[in-house]
Amino acid sequence: MKRVLVANRGEIAIRIVRAARDLGIESVAVHSTADAAAPHVRLADTALEIGPPPAGKSYLSIPALLDAARESGAEAVHPGYGFLSERADFAAACEQAGLAFVGPASGHIELMGDKARAREAARDAGVPTIPGSAGAVADAVEAAAVAGDIGYPVALKAAGGGGGRGIRIAADEVELRAGYAVASREASGAFDDGRIYLERFVSPARHVEVQVLGDGSSWVHLHERECSLQRRRQKVVEESPAPGLAAATRAGLCDAAVALCEAVGYRSAGTVEFLVDASSGEFFFIEMNTRIQVEHPVTELVTGIDLVAEQLRIAAGEPLRLRQADVAPRGCALELRLNAEDPANGFLPSPGTADVVRLPSGPWVRVDGWLEPGAEVPPFYDSLLAKVVVWGEDRDGALARARRAMAELEVEGIKTTAPLLSSLLREDWFAAGDFHTATLEEWL
Amino acid sequence: MATHEVLTPIPGIFYRRPDPDSDVFASEGDAVEAGATIGLVEIMKNFQAVECEMAGTVVEFLVENEDAVVAGQPVAVLDDGA
Repeated sequence: MKRVLVANRGEIAIRIVRAARDLGIESVAVHSTADAAAPHVRLADTALEIGPPPAGKSYLSIPALLDAARESGAEAVHPGYGFLSERADFAAACEQAGLAFVGPASGHIELMGDKARAREAARDAGVPTIPGSAGAVADAVEAAAVAGDIGYPVALKAAGGGGGRGIRIAADEVELRAGYAVASREASGAFDDGRIYLERFVSPARHVEVQVLGDGSSWVHLHERECSLQRRRQKVVEESPAPGLAAATRAGLCDAAVALCEAVGYRSAGTVEFLVDASSGEFFFIEMNTRIQVEHPVTELVTGIDLVAEQLRIAAGEPLRLRQADVAPRGCALELRLNAEDPANGFLPSPGTADVVRLPSGPWVRVDGWLEPGAEVPPFYDSLLAKVVVWGEDRDGALARARRAMAELEVEGIKTTAPLLSSLLREDWFAAGDFHTATLEEWL
Repeated sequence: MATHEVLTPIPGIFYRRPDPDSDVFASEGDAVEAGATIGLVEIMKNFQAVECEMAGTVVEFLVENEDAVVAGQPVAVLDDGA
């Protein structure tokens, strides 16, 4: 592989450009007209404009990206996360155009993208799933019958969905009947697919995910990440290892993730997400994300393994270089997501010019981002500006470094979530690792 | 007749429909109430309503569906009938 097209923007585009350069692979950036001066464009070896600001006409345009790949002579396409990263039709279009898609086969994206089929695949692989309907239900009547069997409360979820959209919780049959219509309508709007499936609603629960890597015939896990601190189902802080997780639960999660990959013949990096019952330690498969994730640096810092570089190697046809014994995590890593949102004003998005930018650095502090003094934060895309990731030899050490890093951070001109992250780091419950998926929203 | 511009308070992408399968919020010639939503602006994956400050008739839209808009940009013209 000599040249890779980076079909993304922002911090993940820069991350991919850097991994490519480390491997001696040329990178081709793409950008909308709004991003002509963006750092990912400057850092890549070459760059091509692919359309106007709306993502639908640029970063989400499959024809524009395939044209850019052809024009630049790229042999591979890395989709990053978001945008087209989990679109099976994009992966298939790359495959048909003779481009190596830096990710799994289109069939795996399709399988895991259909949440009902993904659950069946997990069950077939012997991975525990939350008690629920066998696939999508036909209507509210069937939903009520299933809920009666599995017991309330239940979660209604979009079969074609993900990212927390189209989900409704019902405490009884009345709420179920009302929630079914809303969930189905929301799912139709967001995913063009109104099918709904049911699961028991586990609460309080922790969200723990396992990073995997595979080449289609051999697989390893890179241990877990704790991602329970979420706002509107968007992760705010992630860490590894998961604090307070029993050794048997940890081993069970990691083995289950590898079993699923093996059962479907998965290739590339992926993440298997689980819900862990905070009281019993039982765990259940939620979904598999068939892409690199925002929080991947947490795993990189504890394992010393460059996940994006491994993705590129696998896409180039190299066999997986790692065996399970090569993955030896050490210490604790924490990631804090810095978003262009105003926590004091309902998390209102805050585009504009970042006049002052002072990013933390120093020992065991890694900042993956694209913010620089004078950067224009466009209103058109995701609000993620930077990820502040720290490592410590234990959780207390990582927390101390996180506090130091946040004290060094200064951004003026736009509002950011920095004040929220700093106050979170001062909370006793956070320092004690005593939280679950509802904790952050209760605290806010 | 007095015409008034409806401004978007925030920058982003302007949409005339609540979702791709629905009808437009309002068409040219439609009567609208004060506070009525005539479009959405998508800003960093969030959607904010663009509302009319007064009742009137929609004379014209000044931006196309899915056009990029800046804060304070007029998106439509209303005739208040006065």
